[in-house]
Amino acid sequence: MSSPSWFEASARQRVKEMLDQDSFVEFIGPEQRETSPHLSLFDLPEQFDDGMIVGRGLLDGKPVFIAAQEGRFMGGAFGEVHGAKLTGLLRAARDVGSIPVVILFDTGGVRLQEANAGELAIAEIMRAVVEARLAGVPVVGLVGGRAGCYGGGGLTAGSCSALAVSEQGRISVSGPEVIETNRGVEEFDSKDRALVWRTMGGKQRYLIGGADVFADDTVASFRDAARYVIEHAAALDLDTLQAEQVRLEQRIERFGACADAIDIWRSMGAADPQSLPGMAFEDFVALADGLKETRHVAR
Amino acid sequence: MLLADILASLFPGGHEVIVQGGLASGRGTLPSGSQLAVIGVDGRLPVGIDEAARLARHVLDVTTSGSNDPILVLVDSDSQRMSKRDEMLGLSEYLAHLAKCLIHADAHGHPTIGLLYGHTAAGAFIATALATRVLLALPGAEPAVMDLPSMSRVTKLPIEVLQEKAKSTPVFAPGLDNLAQTGGVAAVLDPTRSLADQLEAVLTTVAGTGLQADTRDQLGKQRQGRPKAADIAERVRELALASV
Repeated sequence: MSSPSWFEASARQRVKEMLDQDSFVEFIGPEQRETSPHLSLFDLPEQFDDGMIVGRGLLDGKPVFIAAQEGRFMGGAFGEVHGAKLTGLLRAARDVGSIPVVILFDTGGVRLQEANAGELAIAEIMRAVVEARLAGVPVVGLVGGRAGCYGGGGLTAGSCSALAVSEQGRISVSGPEVIETNRGVEEFDSKDRALVWRTMGGKQRYLIGGADVFADDTVASFRDAARYVIEHAAALDLDTLQAEQVRLEQRIERFGACADAIDIWRSMGAADPQSLPGMAFEDFVALADGLKETRHVAR
Repeated sequence: MLLADILASLFPGGHEVIVQGGLASGRGTLPSGSQLAVIGVDGRLPVGIDEAARLARHVLDVTTSGSNDPILVLVDSDSQRMSKRDEMLGLSEYLAHLAKCLIHADAHGHPTIGLLYGHTAAGAFIATALATRVLLALPGAEPAVMDLPSMSRVTKLPIEVLQEKAKSTPVFAPGLDNLAQTGGVAAVLDPTRSLADQLEAVLTTVAGTGLQADTRDQLGKQRQGRPKAADIAERVRELALASV
């Protein structure tokens, strides 16, 4: 039986299918109806889990804490309750000190209807990620959902010990429409989907060292990826931060003058860079692992 | 207040803070004799990959200097730089790296204090001011999550509706008071008094090494800007601990 598409699956399906059978236990589930206290001001519908599922379960018989965003509710955006659930989970992981955290990102960023609460939630989550990592806990992220991983979600992902991304996963701070609104269509045409994918999509992120694993768009592939990144998670210490500093400075030196991702891929040595976006999963992985910028991705 | 006036009030005996390309870095000595490392973004500069990498380099230089100097982060920035180049090269990684460097420094003997004296927004705000342990502000500071035109585009609500709601809804509206209500700003300083004195008072509360609990959600509850966050986070933490 083929594994379901990660992109198409709901957050609950991803959690259920990723973990060992019947091992998931949710904290503050939808039956508790802890909804957003702010959405009604905008006459917007609420969801009983506020678009965030947190709990614990088993992956290959080993305990993990897991969090999943529902990209189909408010674009998976971080609101007050949504964000606080993840903050609490990360603080528990820090206190326990041994159970890894897996975050299934699917988010447009801060929920603008409760923007200040969402912005603060991101700040608290990032601090809690760092605290957990300093306590020796791997915090890993999976990106391959409909909403991508934008805004504060992108910053949170960048704080994780390791990341897995699929072709469909987009990681970025400003979304295409926000760049276009602020800088004009000449800077970024948000309707040009090919441009969006090659600038922010999973293939580009994997090639330049923005993600550690390239996953296929299936739950099974993301499960394998999660297992791998938990095992290979970087410790957060001065050495890692200095290595990341060098890695990021070198990226600017090498590719800072490139006008387009195609130019980056060409200068990496891709013989036919135009063909990368259309390339099938196995072919791309084989090519990418020959080209890839940094094998040890310090983050 | 202008950056030069802030530095003069903090360091009446002079300082070695330079501003280059809109980024500040250096150090100064407070009247009490304690040293302070300084980084900053001035003149409403957008924070892109180049700026974030330079700021992070300064933070790592402090962390490896062998001192125990606190780090003051001065912020008058735009949002993150919105461009194809910055996103193509992975701006999320650069901003996250800067935030990690600041939080790591805080955990290793360099308490971090933010001072918001102008504008800031979105990802630039998260990676600088909001990555410090204690965030202070001066009157007139203008933090925002997103400019209203972009908000209008993303939420599909007319800008007039957003402007109207901004007057009555602190949880979404830009501005220092609204952000302070959510617990994001610890205190607003008095520009008519010595900033050095006020900063020294804050420094005595953050002395010592190691990370202290992040209490911004509790502050947001007390100030009634975030009614649920502190309780939800604590309930999840307790349930998770009980499940182990």
